[in-house]
Amino acid sequence: MPELTQTRYAYGEALLELGSQRTEVVVLDADLYKSTRTVLFRDAFPERFIDVGISEADMVSTAAGMAATGLIPFCNSFAMFITSICYLPIRTQIAYPGLPVKLVGSSAGLTQGPDGASHQSLEDIALMRILPNVAVVSPADEVETRQATFAIADWPGPVYMRLGRYPVPCLFDDGHRFEIGKATTLRDGGDVALLATGHMVCKALDAAELLARDRIEARVINISTIKPLDEAVVQKAASEAGLLVSVEEHSVIGGLGSAVAECVSGIANAPPLLRLGVRDAFGESGLADELLEKHRLTGQLIAADVRRALG
Amino acid sequence: MTVSPDKVADLRRTAAELRWHIVAMMGPNMAHHFGGSLSAADIVTALYFYKMRYNPHDPGWPERDRFLMSKGHSVPAQYAALAMLGVFPQEELATLKQLGSRLQGHPAMHATPGLEGCTGALGEGLSYANGMALAARIRGLSYNVYCLLGDGELQEGQVWEAAMTAATHCLGSLVAIIDRNRLKAMDETRCGKLLDPLRERWASFGWAACEIDGHDVAAICDALDWADEQTQQPAVIIANTVKGKGVSFLEGQPQFHNAALSEEQFERALGEVEAALAVTEDR
Repeated sequence: MPELTQTRYAYGEALLELGSQRTEVVVLDADLYKSTRTVLFRDAFPERFIDVGISEADMVSTAAGMAATGLIPFCNSFAMFITSICYLPIRTQIAYPGLPVKLVGSSAGLTQGPDGASHQSLEDIALMRILPNVAVVSPADEVETRQATFAIADWPGPVYMRLGRYPVPCLFDDGHRFEIGKATTLRDGGDVALLATGHMVCKALDAAELLARDRIEARVINISTIKPLDEAVVQKAASEAGLLVSVEEHSVIGGLGSAVAECVSGIANAPPLLRLGVRDAFGESGLADELLEKHRLTGQLIAADVRRALG
Repeated sequence: MTVSPDKVADLRRTAAELRWHIVAMMGPNMAHHFGGSLSAADIVTALYFYKMRYNPHDPGWPERDRFLMSKGHSVPAQYAALAMLGVFPQEELATLKQLGSRLQGHPAMHATPGLEGCTGALGEGLSYANGMALAARIRGLSYNVYCLLGDGELQEGQVWEAAMTAATHCLGSLVAIIDRNRLKAMDETRCGKLLDPLRERWASFGWAACEIDGHDVAAICDALDWADEQTQQPAVIIANTVKGKGVSFLEGQPQFHNAALSEEQFERALGEVEAALAVTEDR
């Protein structure tokens, strides 16, 4: 078994290193600094760390004011809270003027696990994606998370980065180059293209392995930037594969599946698109793997759904 | 420090001119936020023409004092001040809220020179002002941050989150000013949520608090000087005002929170602010 890690850990370490390199980086948290792993930055740079307490809207508005004054604020909370209770200030004060605030949502998706629906963010990609000027980043493993942390600091505008606490294998070596707006193809194949994001990239690879046993060749594409979407890679997949499949730990409404649908909607003779994810439902308490099983987001169940769709 | 009588007379004339610009730029037949813009006119005048370290030739000067209009619907008062200072041409005021104008209906910092943030959705500005004040501390700059809030806006819960944050971080460079005109979009501000005892509430949140007549320019200047002395905690100035101040038939009338004047009403309003300006210039 490969070693498994949670993307939030790589983020905490990268943020610490970023802080030592760039004095304009400041970090805000809302009473979750151990969970979000900003604790490392907090201990190293207390003068650039602000825990506003349990008040996420106040946090992002404060960050906006700091960004307007030349700083690069990283705001942190669970994905559930940082994209919902703060939505109005994110829209008015950050997205509208394009201020470079970095919103980092950890513990995203079903794999948040036992805390249940109140904490399982299944709408965050959709909420952030429809805001003009906001980039949406969803790294697949620790290497990509680390690189993305530096990349979003360099990005001139607002960014939402989605992280999780589900242990995933390392998919990339240090030669990988994460770039905002660029998708990466992890496995090639012409029968079906699996477009996955975040935790689901490793599940898509598992599915591809199983499909190969049935002589179904699957291309696996890591969509680590959902906005701006790498349209060239998606359109190429649409022109070459017999079936497109989006895989996300998120509602099938408004997230990656919708982004792919929008991208291919103008292409004549585009193949069918199967959108895998949570089908317009709330989550519930359970172990992460139990929830993925229930929502058919394991390698085996993804492969089964692909086989069925291919007929 | 007490502001000199000559300076007060000068500021009164400036406030009268600012009110003239507010009415003139709004014109007839289109709904505008007359009430809150006029109630804030003396406060905005004292900030830009008395208190703030500000270079209109360089509105991005890093050391400038910052003014954020948290009650964003009153931004015409700020547009008037910025135009009078020469940050953008006075002729541009006539484009207010027109398609393609830099002067949006609510503040858009990326569109209009001299604005420090985007507001309009009420309740978010004080947090943003905190951010600017915290940034000064982190970056080693010494500017002050002034944030004007409506009293109705205080019904938004985020204001009180921000009030606690400012007190926690002892933001002595931060000054909140409450335009206490006692009216909101539909009703009196005591409807829905009681605000009183307002001064005591701010004090209990850890702020230095004072209360003044928000149309007495000398009192506003004195209060802004008093706020300078509050170096260990944020300061709030509760400025008692009259919504629509300066146009008799708009004063204290909730229906003119956001409303259109007829041609006849507009001529009458313009006549009143012109007459008030003439009086200050005769002095």
